[in-house]
Amino acid sequence: MMARLRVNPIACSGHGLCAELLPELITLDEWGYPVIADQPVPARLGKQARRAVTDCPALALRLAATR
Amino acid sequence: MSPALPGPTMASPVTPAPDTAGLPRLLPPAGKPADDLATHLGRHGPVPYRGGVGRLIPDVRAAGLTGRGGAAFPTYRKLEAVAAAGQGRAVVVGNAAEGEPASHKDEALLRLAPHLVLDGLQLAAEAAGAARAALYVRRDVYAATRLDRHLTQRLASGLDRIAVEVVPAPPRFLAGEESALVSRVGGGAALPQFTPPRVFERGVDGRPTLVQNVETLAHLALIARYGPDWFRAAGTPEEPGTMLCTLRQADGSVTVAEAAIGTPLASLLDLGPGTAVLVGGYHGAWIPAAHASGLWLTNTMLRPLGAFLGAGVLAALPADRCGLAETARVARYLALESAGQCGPCLNGLPRIAAALADLAGLGGRRPDPRVLADLSRWAGLVEGRGACHHPDGTVRFIRSALRVFAPEVRQHQQGRCSARSSVPFLPAPAGPSTDADWS
Repeated sequence: MMARLRVNPIACSGHGLCAELLPELITLDEWGYPVIADQPVPARLGKQARRAVTDCPALALRLAATR
Repeated sequence: MSPALPGPTMASPVTPAPDTAGLPRLLPPAGKPADDLATHLGRHGPVPYRGGVGRLIPDVRAAGLTGRGGAAFPTYRKLEAVAAAGQGRAVVVGNAAEGEPASHKDEALLRLAPHLVLDGLQLAAEAAGAARAALYVRRDVYAATRLDRHLTQRLASGLDRIAVEVVPAPPRFLAGEESALVSRVGGGAALPQFTPPRVFERGVDGRPTLVQNVETLAHLALIARYGPDWFRAAGTPEEPGTMLCTLRQADGSVTVAEAAIGTPLASLLDLGPGTAVLVGGYHGAWIPAAHASGLWLTNTMLRPLGAFLGAGVLAALPADRCGLAETARVARYLALESAGQCGPCLNGLPRIAAALADLAGLGGRRPDPRVLADLSRWAGLVEGRGACHHPDGTVRFIRSALRVFAPEVRQHQQGRCSARSSVPFLPAPAGPSTDADWS
C-alpha cells in the first residue's frame, strides 16, 4: 500500500528526530520543523518511515494511505 | 440614507447602503431595522418548515447557495453530509464570529434582520436533523444586540422548534475558523484544531456538525420561502444570489451593502486612479484600481488574479497612502493573531511581519538588502504547513502586496516613500487585551 507521511503541526514541537531517521524524505526548516517531501513513501524506505512515526517524541508523525 | 449603525469597535459609522433594483433582500428596506418579530413576520411570514429531515436540501441545491463566510462551499453538500452522518443527533451552528476587523456584515445582519438568521438556523436544523442548535456570536456584537430576547420570544410563541444556545466568540481573527468554532461551542478554547476528521463527520461533542455563516442562513430562510428561481433572479448563473459586502471607501466611510453577485466593482467603490483595492479581506488580495474597475463581484473573475470574494470585504486604498505600510501593519496584526500552535506559523509570521515593517519604513531600521529574498523564502516555508489556513491566507495577502506595490517596494529599498499621509487606513487592532483571550 502506498502511504504518505503527514505531520500534525500542532503536536509537532520540532524535536527533529524524524529528519535524522529519514533524511531522504524529511528535512528541517530554519526553525527546526520538519518539511516533508511531497511524494509517497517508496517501498525501500517503508521501514525507516515506520520507525520515524513510532519514535516521534510528540507522536506528531503518521503514515496515511494516499488518496 | 438610513440610520447609522453604532458600534463600539468601529472607527467610523457603518450605514446600510441604499436600495438598488430588487435589493436589498436580506437587509430591511432603507436600512430600517426589522429586529422586532412583528415587523419580520409582516414582511416574510412564519418559518416555512418542510416537515422532515432533508426535504429542504433539493431547493438549496437548485438555488446554488454557497457559504457566505468566505469559502463559498456549496451549502447543500454540507447539509447532505450532516443529514446523512447525523442520524438525528447532529449539531447546527450559525457562525457570526466575524473575526475579520474590516468586516461588519454579520454584525449589520444581526442588528438589522436577526429573525432571518434565526429562521435560517431553524430550517437548517430541520434539514440536517439536528438535536442541538447554537449561535456563535462575537462577544461585543452579542452584547449590543437583543438576541436572548428574540430567542425567548420565538421559543415562547412556538416559532422555534429547537432551542438555540448563544455561545459568545472571542474577538480574534481565527475564532470563526470551523474547527476553532467547534472547539469553543464544545466548551473548549476557540483555537483551530488539526483535521481530519472534518467537522461534518465529527464536530461539537464528537457529533456531526453543520457550521454555516449567519448570512448563509438568512439566504436559506429566503430560499425556503420564495424558491430557487427567485434566488437565481439575482447574481450570475455560476454564482447566484446576492451577498453582503463591507465597503471601505478611500474617504474613510464604511458601509455594509447588499449587492447582486456580478455587480461591477466600480459601482460599489470609488476607484481613483493609481491606487489599489483590497478584495476578500486580510486573507485576500490587492488588485490595482485600474484593473479592478473592469472587474465584477464574482469569484469566477477574481480567481485568475489570485483573489476571491471571501466574506465580502472591499477596500479602496486612498491615493495618498502607502500600500506597503498598510500591508505591513495588517501583517503585524495577522502575526499577532496566529494561535501560536504550529511551528512554521509561530516562527514565520513574525519574521515576515518584521521584514515588511522594515521595508515599509515602520520599523525604524533600514531594510536588509536581502529582504525580498527572505520574504519569499519565509512565505514558502509557512504556506500549507499550518493546521488551519492562517499562514496560507496571510501569505496570499502579502504576495499580492509585493506584486501590486512593486514600484513602491523599489522606492522603499532606496529609502523613499511616495505616500503623503501616514494615517493608518485599514483597521489593524494593536492586539487583544490579554494574550490568552481565546474563550
